[in-house]
Amino acid sequence: MTVHFKQDQPATDNRLDTMAQGVIGKPLPRIEGLAKVTGTAPYAAEYVCENCAEGVLVTATITRGTVVRVDIDGAMRMPGVVAVIEDDRLIARPAQGTANEAPKQQPRTVCYWGQPIALVVAETFEQARDAARRIAVEYRDDGDVAVTPAEVAAEEQEDETVREGNLDKAMADAAFAVDATYTTQGHASAAMEPHAAMAQWDGRTLTVHASLQMLNYNICELADAIGIGAENIRLISRFVGGGFGSKLGISEEVVAASLAAMQLQRPVRVVMSRQQVFQGIMRRSETTQRLRLAANSDGALTGFGHEALVSNLPGEEFAEPVLQSSHFLYPGENRELVLKLARIHRMTAGSVRAPGEAVGMPALEAAMDILAEKAGIDPVELRLRNIPDKDPERGLPFSSHKLAECLRQGAEAFGWDHGSRLARQRREGEWWIGTGMASAARVHNVAEAKARVTLKADGTAVVETDMTDIGTGTYTVVAQIVGEMLGLRPERILVDLGDTRHPRGPGSGGSWGAASIGSAVYVACMAIREKLAAQLGTDESQLRLSDGKAGDGQTLVELLDGSDIAQTGHYEPGRIKDDFAASGFGAFFAQVRVNHYTGETRVDRMLGAFGFGRVLNAKTARSQCLGGITWSIGMALTEALEFDPRDGHLVNRDLAEYHVPVHRDVPDLDVILIEERDPAASFIQAKGIGELGMCGGAASIANAIYNACGARIFDYPMTPARVLAAMPD
Amino acid sequence: MRAFDYRRAHSPEDAARLTQAPEAMLIAGGTNLLDLMKLQVETPELLADIGRIGFAEIIDTDDGGLSIGALATNTAVAIHPRVRRDYPVLARAILAGATQQLRNRATTGGNLCQRTRCFYFTDIDQPCNKREPGSGCGAIGGVNKLHAVLGASDHCIATYPGDMAVAMAALDARVIIGAADGQQRSVPVRDFHRLPGDTPWRDNVLDPGEVILAVELPAPLEGMQIYRKVRERSSYAFALVSIAAVIAVENGAITRAELAFGGLAHKPWHDPRISELLVGSAPSAELFDRAADLLLESAEGQGDNDFKIPLARRALHAVLAQVMEQAA
Ligand SMILES: Cc1cc2nc3c(=O)[nH]c(=O)nc-3n(C[C@H](O)[C@H](O)[C@H](O)COP(=O)(O)OP(=O)(O)OC[C@H]3O[C@@H](n4cnc5c(N)ncnc54)[C@H](O)[C@@H]3O)c2cc1C
Ligand code: SF4
Repeated sequence: MTVHFKQDQPATDNRLDTMAQGVIGKPLPRIEGLAKVTGTAPYAAEYVCENCAEGVLVTATITRGTVVRVDIDGAMRMPGVVAVIEDDRLIARPAQGTANEAPKQQPRTVCYWGQPIALVVAETFEQARDAARRIAVEYRDDGDVAVTPAEVAAEEQEDETVREGNLDKAMADAAFAVDATYTTQGHASAAMEPHAAMAQWDGRTLTVHASLQMLNYNICELADAIGIGAENIRLISRFVGGGFGSKLGISEEVVAASLAAMQLQRPVRVVMSRQQVFQGIMRRSETTQRLRLAANSDGALTGFGHEALVSNLPGEEFAEPVLQSSHFLYPGENRELVLKLARIHRMTAGSVRAPGEAVGMPALEAAMDILAEKAGIDPVELRLRNIPDKDPERGLPFSSHKLAECLRQGAEAFGWDHGSRLARQRREGEWWIGTGMASAARVHNVAEAKARVTLKADGTAVVETDMTDIGTGTYTVVAQIVGEMLGLRPERILVDLGDTRHPRGPGSGGSWGAASIGSAVYVACMAIREKLAAQLGTDESQLRLSDGKAGDGQTLVELLDGSDIAQTGHYEPGRIKDDFAASGFGAFFAQVRVNHYTGETRVDRMLGAFGFGRVLNAKTARSQCLGGITWSIGMALTEALEFDPRDGHLVNRDLAEYHVPVHRDVPDLDVILIEERDPAASFIQAKGIGELGMCGGAASIANAIYNACGARIFDYPMTPARVLAAMPD
Repeated sequence: MRAFDYRRAHSPEDAARLTQAPEAMLIAGGTNLLDLMKLQVETPELLADIGRIGFAEIIDTDDGGLSIGALATNTAVAIHPRVRRDYPVLARAILAGATQQLRNRATTGGNLCQRTRCFYFTDIDQPCNKREPGSGCGAIGGVNKLHAVLGASDHCIATYPGDMAVAMAALDARVIIGAADGQQRSVPVRDFHRLPGDTPWRDNVLDPGEVILAVELPAPLEGMQIYRKVRERSSYAFALVSIAAVIAVENGAITRAELAFGGLAHKPWHDPRISELLVGSAPSAELFDRAADLLLESAEGQGDNDFKIPLARRALHAVLAQVMEQAA
């Protein structure tokens, strides 16, 4: 039976807090952790399958033009080659997150360097790879096209635009004003597990093991791409070795493996090389951002301006939503927010972990630091003075708002010195030492979701949904919710995720996974509780379940008496989405050292305090924050996609050349989880935490660099070259 | 990766014989070569594995120096007691490179011969004179922040990326090279790598069929030994600029100054004029500025790498600061 619940009202009844099992929120280790670290958790490419052929994508070596001819005959003479798949249904770019339909197909039209154009299938991977490299492709090259945003006129994204009051006048009248322009470079979404798919076709059903974040959308994208019904497709993604947005929509390998398997009537596996992953999947757009802040003599904002320029391929709707949190984080009645999109021929831009705030917040929060300095106000205090009591543009109440607590508790735990903020005051040997801070904000999303929970006659439970766990801890938090609601120890619960034969989950993305699927599971569990209560002749609210027993009496096994209870929970966020402004909030504090001679910056310590509703699992939540802060360090200091200025191809295409932080770059990180219940965020009063940890963190490092050595830098990442160029003598 | 034949060489002569043909290559640790083979930057038809030809020992030489076998791993060299005591600059340089896993596998000979990290060299869809003579240089006018500011040519602006060899150049070590007929020759590390000129495909002076057998360090030099590597992240990154220095100060004056520079050129850069300038004078900021003037006299940026020129100067000042601190 399916129980549908549409949430129009805040869920003020804290049922999870009144249950008896006591597992919710606990720092439970991941239930699939052992399988992962012992190599027994199979990832998409690891499924063993007889007679599987190997496919390798052929990628374009021009930026814009048309494939005239692929030398299939030549390729077919190479050892082991089984087929060259040239098919108009192959996709030419990855699907955007939640697209639900095929992205651009017809790969013979080339729009960016590295675009997949065909698939070579061979008996072995090495043969396919060699043939894919050697295959002769003839192009008609359209010649020079724009590959940098500066080359083209950008389009204003009008539904993002806000113009209220008169910002120019507010700037002119302000006691303190900041007008600063920042740049951020592109970021990779590449995860440890490269994109991979293994497809099997039995004449009726296409089964694809793939590495994907949102099977509920992916199945429709794949069906649309190849032209068969979604009911004839089964997608399986039990374990996903990281997504970061790169696996929100289907990518080229999924469609290529599927078409090849159908054409050849045998299983085909396609694994992208590390270079193909970097060159062919989602990039985060580079940005140029102008911040204008006008404040009165108390530091209260009277004007707020944020203009951003981002880029994407022609035909893509996605524009990095840089201004997302700028719309509500700070007040200022005179507002001007404008987002512009430049159409250029670089690989597809799309959602990469924390799209929008990941780059918008570091620019905003760096500008706030300048304002604090100009106004002579402690930066923590400046932010405290600028917390709006409702969404300044939409006038909506906040579902909950923990920024002030995060700022205060974070400052306290970090040992923030509220005294003078003069730069260049502390030197140890070659190193300048300084501190900086920034606010964190990330909009909260919640989505429709379904999950089936079966309480089995043997007193165990099974949860089934096509929701994925991309390494974030979904398996574990789902088990905790079920355990709490049904009074079971988590080891009595089998969580079966990542299979489209199960009810549709929300998918993992936009930090909405846990709150959405958790709410669906909660709905299902409530329905099961109702049944059990009815059986006991009592009211559900009186039902006390723990350790497999109802109250002090009967065991669940006795109570079930040989039959299972299965309920599908269908959760849908209703008016709560329109009636409230919902966001996670937080604060970052960093201490860095900057080398006087070389401009090298190292982070000494960093702390983040975050408020994001109910903490479902203190350990996995903390891990998400640690990961987010680590991304902040990367963004602040090293991460940058580098594109050739002539043809727009990505040059740093692997993890040796694209510099994410290594262990040595990441000091002991401190995370404070500020417990709260946000009844309007989701049915289980939880918000997203997967992205908040990186939304502003880079600015705390930038501000600390300034405090340390006096270098005000307006370009991320803050490399030694940039630090030296800005450092006073 | 292309299909290839694999043979295990039993002696240096055997290895040299097997690799006389241009389509044959030696493989030692494989940490560089296998990556390049996967990218089809290298497409040898035959791999001659020298893993078992011996030459993995580190032994004292008659003149008080140290002979490091070509197959000694980076880890073995860096933790060797005599290296740590007498040649700390070498231990530091090695430990500043790559990662523990790579160093466990990487060999001394392979490290000397590691190829450039130029983005256009490692992408076979791009022009590169080093990889494909006559195809052009993609890095000129492209992304070139890692590239050379000294000794580059119109044909190639790549850098030699390694750390170990920079320290060996400062120490004035020699490379012992064997041939198929059992003959040996020895070349100073300072002359082992070449400038690109109009033959950028030749990284070093090895001829086909020659095998590095060992590197010989001279007797230990008195003085402070310093290795500085400037990089964006603190590990697992190649040098933007590096300096290996052996500097002695007596009675307020510099008595020895052997410096070599990494990240600036197609080879570890050693300029004998710097030693001449420094020796005999008291260390000072002004003196090191003059040394930087000499070093960077002909330096030329390519755009993205312009920063290396002031950075090299500042790194030299950092070395000075270390000298002053240790001398005090
Ligand atoms: C991600 C990454 C980061 C790295 N970072 C650094 C760094 O920061 N600093 C640094 O210095 N290095 C770095 N390295 C490079 C590493 O040090 C080299 O890969 C390693 O030293 C090569 O040694 P090998 O024995 O594995 O060589 P192989 O890969 O086996 O061989 C390399 C080359 O040397 C030739 N060769 C090998 N032995 C001999 C011999 N005895 N005589 C003649 N020719 C020979 C081979 O034919 C081949 O052309 C890094 C490597 C990687 C992959
Ligand atoms: S710099 Fe040298 S290695 Fe790089 S592309 Fe040019 S020729 Fe090739």
